[in-house]
Amino acid sequence: MVDQKNLKIAATAVAFSVAALAQTASADTLRLLTWGGYAPADVVELFEKEFDHTVKVTKSNNEEMVAKLRATGGGGFDLAQPSQDRIAGPQAEFGIYKPMDLSKIDGGQFITSMLEATKANTTVDGDIYGVPHVWGTSGLVVDTAKAPSVQDYTDLCSDAVAGKVSYRLKRPTLIGFAFSMGLDPFAAYGDEAAYADIMGQVEAKLIDCKANVKTYWGGGDELMGLVRSGEVVASMAWDTGGWKLNADNADITFVAPAAGALGWIDTFVLPAKGKADDAAYDWINFVMQPEIAAMITAAAGNFTASQGADAFASDELKARYQASFSPAAVDNIKWYPPVPAGLETIEGGVLDRVKAAK
Amino acid sequence: MRAEAKLGLALLLTPLLLWLSLLIIIPHINMLFIALRERVAVATYETSPANFLTFFREPLYMWTFVRTALMSVMATVITLVIAFPVSYYIAKIAKGRRKSGLFLLCLVPFWVSELVRTFGWMILLRETGVVSNVLQYLGLVQGPVEMLYNDAAIMVGLVYTSMLFMVVPLVTTMESLDDAVIEAGYDLGGSGPSILREIIIPHATPGIVSGSIVVFMLSLGNYLTPTMLGGKESLWFTELIYSQFIVRFNWELGAAFGFMLLILSSVIVWGMLRLTGQTLEKTMG
Repeated sequence: MVDQKNLKIAATAVAFSVAALAQTASADTLRLLTWGGYAPADVVELFEKEFDHTVKVTKSNNEEMVAKLRATGGGGFDLAQPSQDRIAGPQAEFGIYKPMDLSKIDGGQFITSMLEATKANTTVDGDIYGVPHVWGTSGLVVDTAKAPSVQDYTDLCSDAVAGKVSYRLKRPTLIGFAFSMGLDPFAAYGDEAAYADIMGQVEAKLIDCKANVKTYWGGGDELMGLVRSGEVVASMAWDTGGWKLNADNADITFVAPAAGALGWIDTFVLPAKGKADDAAYDWINFVMQPEIAAMITAAAGNFTASQGADAFASDELKARYQASFSPAAVDNIKWYPPVPAGLETIEGGVLDRVKAAK
Repeated sequence: MRAEAKLGLALLLTPLLLWLSLLIIIPHINMLFIALRERVAVATYETSPANFLTFFREPLYMWTFVRTALMSVMATVITLVIAFPVSYYIAKIAKGRRKSGLFLLCLVPFWVSELVRTFGWMILLRETGVVSNVLQYLGLVQGPVEMLYNDAAIMVGLVYTSMLFMVVPLVTTMESLDDAVIEAGYDLGGSGPSILREIIIPHATPGIVSGSIVVFMLSLGNYLTPTMLGGKESLWFTELIYSQFIVRFNWELGAAFGFMLLILSSVIVWGMLRLTGQTLEKTMG
């Protein structure tokens, strides 16, 4: 008898908790596929307080985002943040995004030039797929006391820094070296043969340069370790990496290469099978407010496309930015155009051969 | 009665069959279809063996596979050489609590994840790491030494990771060897090496074979250790598969590589068994 009563209570409890679970699931859950630092805990908390949504953050990178969405045909997430050059190509190839309804986004919160550029770069068949969020550059991180001569990508191959340099074996390295060698890979994006020719020259240069490299770094933390310990004195890296190291050691900082830093813009896109579009639009409008955008800048270390957020950014970060970027260097930033589908195969072959070369 | 027995057998087999078909057979069939597709234009594919041909035409891929296989064989041999005396000691010489204590010591490293273990090796071996500093402190070397980012570091990592998988089968087979047989060997005038050759190794062969197969397959399919400890030239075959799938969005070539890995590694294991005159039945039996 007692057992039966207990059983009943237990069953009721289970039923209630299942119902409760079901309810939270039906209230909007925003599954956000983003980069580390783009959805800091304090921002998520403010958002959850203001709206009735819960946010589930998954941290990733460009390639993994596209690969994840491709595996599910654009499902599993409600909002993703790939770079603007990784939208048109994958969309044409795999159809993993859905068009943005710009009427649901407060365009006035964006820096106009950046919004227009991103819209143009993410248009496929007349539909716009992305709006900008965070932007930054990649270039060189240099210990200016130990390797003052490194001013450009190809300087990494000079004898002065032999055995003490590092870079990633990824496409930014190929692009950076091409610019530094006086070539223009972006102009050749539309012409596979010309692009393959440029990549062939870069391949020869990188194989030639291999003896100089200590190791190819894979993740941001690995690079930080290498530079902090002094094992590496110059490397290709993101601007934020250099500024973070600068906070610990004033000699180390980000240097905009003579051939031009490579500029990227991370965007907001809606995955094709996203289920909480309204929550996604709420999130976009929420984080583009200048105060909130400044909080993200503080966490990620990069500036956002939010109009007026600079006013809230910390003075230290602004000082580091200005030290790395003269107005001429800003004008010289090479912004990534959309990558046409298929170029990755050419680059992939080059990277594999460089890695395997003696 | 017979129908009941049949039902019982079917029910008992269901989990295994579900496991095999859902997690192994169906994904592999799907992968084969992907591998046999060739991208001809944006979002259009044709059935063709082009991806498999790429594997054979680009010497780099073949070379990487050969390198990976040779290094895995070497890791297996080194693991066996180190694990054999250890297992013999645990199985035959150590007794009681000491025995279980030693066995536990082999297990302990596996309580932390492979990632953490690999990081441990990085901390030890790097230029500003523990080993380099100790050597400098003792005055054995002038200036820091770099021991990370080369093939030897990969080998150390692989052997360390696979040690347990060699020790366990060896200990189990050696425990079943009656001490009296070894004594009889000595009584009949055998020396240490001849007893090892004539009695212990033949008896332990099933353990050696199964341990070697496991270690070889684990090394061949390892991703983390070679990518983290390896240097500029140390391309591992699984790394190629990963980069085709994730970085290049080229699932077709990645799937073809995956199949080549499956086929070639099976061929290598089969060839090794033939070469040493062993069969799987004997090993399992």
